[in-house]
Amino acid sequence: MSSPSRSGCRRRRELLAAVLLAAALSACQREDRRFRTWPPAASAIPAVRQSELQPGPTTRDLTVRNEYGDNAWAVSEGKRLYNQFNCSGCHFQGGGGIGPPLMDSQWIYGSQPENIFATIVEGRPNGMPSFRGKLGNDQVWKLVAYVRSMSGLLAKDVASGRNDDMQVRSQEQSTEKARPVQSAVPPASQRP
Amino acid sequence: MSAVLQAVLQFPGAHSALKPAGPQARIAEGLWNSMYATAIVVFLLVMAALLWAAFRRRRAEEPAPDPARERRMRRVVAAAVGITTIVLFTFLVSDISAGRAVTATPGKDAIQIIVTGHQWWWEVQYRDSVPQRWVTTANEIHVPVGRQVAVELRSTDVIHSFWPPNLTGKRDLIPGNENSLWFQADSAGVYRAECAEYCGHEHAKMALLVVAQSPDSFARWLTQQRDTAHTPADSLTSRGQEVFLSSACAMCHSIAGTPAGSRVGPDLTHLAGRATIAAGTLPNTRGNLAGWIVDPQRIKPGARMPPNQLDPADLRALLAYLETLR
Amino acid sequence: MSLTVPAVPHEPGRAPESAAEVVGRLEDTWRARPGLRGWLSSVDHKSIGKRYIITAFVFFLLGGIEAAVMRAQLARPENGLIGPDAYNQIFTMHGTTMMFLFAVPVMDAVGLYLVPLMIGGRNVAFPRLNAYGYWVYLFGGAFLYVMFFLNTGPDTGWFSYVPLAGPEFSPGKRVDVWAQTVTFTEISALVASVELIVTIFKTRAPGMTLNRMPLYVWSMLVQSFMVLFAMPWVASASMFLAMDRLVGTHFFNPAEGGDALLWQHLFWFFGHPEVYIIFVPALGFVSSIVATFTRRPVFGYPAMVLSMVATGFLAFGLWVHHMFVTGIPQLGASFFTAASMMIAIPSGVQIFCWIATIWSGRPRFAVPFLFVLGFVALFLIGGFTGVMIASVPFDTQVHDTFFIVAHFHYVLIGGAVFPLFGAFYYWFPKVTGRMLDERLGRWNFWLFFIGMNVTFFPMHELGLLGMPRRVYTYLPETGWGGLNLLASIGAVTIAVSVVVFLVNVARSLRVGEAAGANPWGADTLEWAATSPPRPYNFAFTPVVESREPMWQHPAELPAVEGLRTDVREVLVTTLLDAEPDSRHRHPEPTIWPLIAAIATAVLFITLIFTPWGAVIGTVLLFLAFVGWAWPRGKDHQEQLMIEAES
Repeated sequence: MSSPSRSGCRRRRELLAAVLLAAALSACQREDRRFRTWPPAASAIPAVRQSELQPGPTTRDLTVRNEYGDNAWAVSEGKRLYNQFNCSGCHFQGGGGIGPPLMDSQWIYGSQPENIFATIVEGRPNGMPSFRGKLGNDQVWKLVAYVRSMSGLLAKDVASGRNDDMQVRSQEQSTEKARPVQSAVPPASQRP
Repeated sequence: MSAVLQAVLQFPGAHSALKPAGPQARIAEGLWNSMYATAIVVFLLVMAALLWAAFRRRRAEEPAPDPARERRMRRVVAAAVGITTIVLFTFLVSDISAGRAVTATPGKDAIQIIVTGHQWWWEVQYRDSVPQRWVTTANEIHVPVGRQVAVELRSTDVIHSFWPPNLTGKRDLIPGNENSLWFQADSAGVYRAECAEYCGHEHAKMALLVVAQSPDSFARWLTQQRDTAHTPADSLTSRGQEVFLSSACAMCHSIAGTPAGSRVGPDLTHLAGRATIAAGTLPNTRGNLAGWIVDPQRIKPGARMPPNQLDPADLRALLAYLETLR
Repeated sequence: MSLTVPAVPHEPGRAPESAAEVVGRLEDTWRARPGLRGWLSSVDHKSIGKRYIITAFVFFLLGGIEAAVMRAQLARPENGLIGPDAYNQIFTMHGTTMMFLFAVPVMDAVGLYLVPLMIGGRNVAFPRLNAYGYWVYLFGGAFLYVMFFLNTGPDTGWFSYVPLAGPEFSPGKRVDVWAQTVTFTEISALVASVELIVTIFKTRAPGMTLNRMPLYVWSMLVQSFMVLFAMPWVASASMFLAMDRLVGTHFFNPAEGGDALLWQHLFWFFGHPEVYIIFVPALGFVSSIVATFTRRPVFGYPAMVLSMVATGFLAFGLWVHHMFVTGIPQLGASFFTAASMMIAIPSGVQIFCWIATIWSGRPRFAVPFLFVLGFVALFLIGGFTGVMIASVPFDTQVHDTFFIVAHFHYVLIGGAVFPLFGAFYYWFPKVTGRMLDERLGRWNFWLFFIGMNVTFFPMHELGLLGMPRRVYTYLPETGWGGLNLLASIGAVTIAVSVVVFLVNVARSLRVGEAAGANPWGADTLEWAATSPPRPYNFAFTPVVESREPMWQHPAELPAVEGLRTDVREVLVTTLLDAEPDSRHRHPEPTIWPLIAAIATAVLFITLIFTPWGAVIGTVLLFLAFVGWAWPRGKDHQEQLMIEAES
């Protein structure tokens, strides 16, 4: 008689353990502060396609996982670097001006972490400088995470809060999640 | 390695409130001495009274509380309370007069220094009426002996606290608040200051040296600090400069006289003239500098300096270049 | 005033009962419900008090383990045992645990257990609220530790200064966890203080006028009022912080008109009274123990009471001495120097009165009394350094150094934990019916006393030598290594003494000598109840005619007759003179406080992750309170009866 209820109980306990474990894992990633680890190797970067055209059958892109995308501390470090390295000089606080806005849904060169990584490291025509050699990969990945958070592409509990200065836009935590639209490269005449 | 710093700092005396080398620290030490002595006397008296009360020999049949004795006890307790009040009042008067002496405004001829706290290092600036003559350095203050130094305290991130115990008490650096203090070094020496307000991961490794020197050598030091960096003379150091400018270094550090002008990290124009690196953490030797450049997170986990993977030859050139920055 | 006649007239139509009948019916009426559900729905102040004390003690052990880890890390310079990230979390957890999850709750817990017994009542005034307060506290503490083990432990210190704790410099959920834990503990402390004030004011035994109240009850009264006025400040401060972090408000953002110093004012306006909230009940422990072990009433009752009240008032005028180095103008600082020195006077009065009591009494050197003697020595040292750091020029030297660490550990361990351990030894027989072992108790005391001094005395010197607080390591060249090693050795000694205490408790629970109702020959009412007390505390509500009822009537106390025994009924008395005022139907056990506490926990925890938490939590909480207040069972029938009668 007691066996069904006991197994039910065991199942419940297993479920509880699974939930706790999941919570633990997610929390670990969000709160981890590893100071000396190297991010996913930059060697994955050449796999990022700069063109849609491929010889032979079309293969799926290799996606690189940015481990910093779910780490709150890394995102806030990215935010600091964003201002310190003067990204805000062109992109402003995400609203864009000289460079394109980063908090909307339009992505010229792709919204995936590896696309943004390539944009920062390689630079892009018409204004985006290449930071190759000037930034450590680790710093670039943090910037990537922060840039993605600006359009709500990261979980809200990972995105950073407001800064202790003048508030010029809503904080990343309260940004509505944008559905990335991959816009084609605009014709030269329309480029800023 | 530790011998070098030992020689520089004359530890532990270089960082102690009990070895005052300035007027304010001397006042605080005087207060401490008088209060400590009073505390010892009062402690011994009270403990003696307590132990005597507990262990005194008692007659076999002592009466239950009798009114006459209670009255006598009341008088004794009242007297003890009265004495306590008098002692406290004396302390209060001496505290307030000492406080006035310590907070008196500095004289007009005081040297003005701006100290800005960053996570986890100190930016130091000597201003001048001519902006070109401003001097910016980091983690080291040079002052002339016997002259007042007025320090303006600022913070760009979180609250820090500036505290050279041999010279004066501490004062917080609070973002959004203007704070200042002044001190005066009465004898030449190197004194140490540490951040005294918890400010994050590397609060423990955020120190600053106060170098008190004769007015002449201070003037020489200040003039020398106004110079921009020399152009590299040989191929090794010019290769080093190239490495500096083409790698991540230039993203954060500035060297006057070169295109590197970022204010994110400490100014390195006269790096080789400083006694320590990493905010008072390591003596400024070639080996330490190399370790710091390659793997700073081992020395100061959480610090803002990123690791740098440099080619050994490049690293050697960079170190040679940095050593020329006197 | 004398009250030896039955105070409450018999209800018409009810025959007087014999003593045995009364006890039998009370047993029946007040019996705890069986099973797990019964355990979860208990509203008895004794079972909740015991849970409270044990929970707080578990947090004390956890906080102690954290302290041990810190001492291990600091035992030698440049130690690599733990890094800055772990160290910062651990020192924050230590402070938060000891202040919010141990010191205040354990004082409330002991008070909730003892006060109704000491004033001859049957339970606290709001027993369901009491259960609710305990569950909220338990969930808050458990939440903090679960998050800590998930690497989400707060890391900005128990004081969480902004901007370091603000949204820019503390990403992630770590500080949010801290802010919400504080909210949990505030609620439980406020709830406890409300219960205690009403219990003390309205349910004292007939004849226990305010000036016959035991000093311990006075101390809990003062402490409860302090909680009532101090806790709302930290409640609003932590709410501001949570709002700054979670919804982007600007309370502490200087660029938008906020102020980082506002946090410090709000926090210390709570934080300084907090120290006295912990310390005042300890004064009550000491007075109880001194009276019992010198076999005479404490000398100078009015002076003792007035001193405690004065401490309670003055405690609110000291907060700025935590902020002397923030650039407060000298005139303002002088005021707080004066207030900080003034508060030494009431403490002095009490110490002198205890010494006078001991001198004129016949002391017995049992373990509780040893802890009191140790308390006086340690508290004196902490008090002296307290007077020293009230001085602005000296404080600017030692502020935020190990000197301060030494100072407040002398005040809090010497001033509060020593009396608390004395209280454990003193009241353990009442709670469990068994004595603790004296020999182990002496080991416990001496190891603790020596360990305490070896650990914390060198820290004064370390502070003067320039060692700042909250550093995860220090350079070998600083010369701080030797004293730090000594302090770490002392910490081991303290750990051993706590283990001795645990062994003593475990041993006593199994084979301890049985204690009678009044093993120490004490003077206050709780010793009239059986050990451990029955659920209704006293079969007959006693009548009090002096400050020392048990010494006045060692054989049998005069008692009130006529309270109903077939339902849970308690006597309500007047505030000043404790004259019988009315009868009060006492609530039955119920599971709803637990459910309401769960709803509260859901509210606070989900709020960290989504603003929808406010909606979900409020709805759940509303439902829980509807269930709580729904008339049912005996309550309901009683209500119908009352309506029919009127």
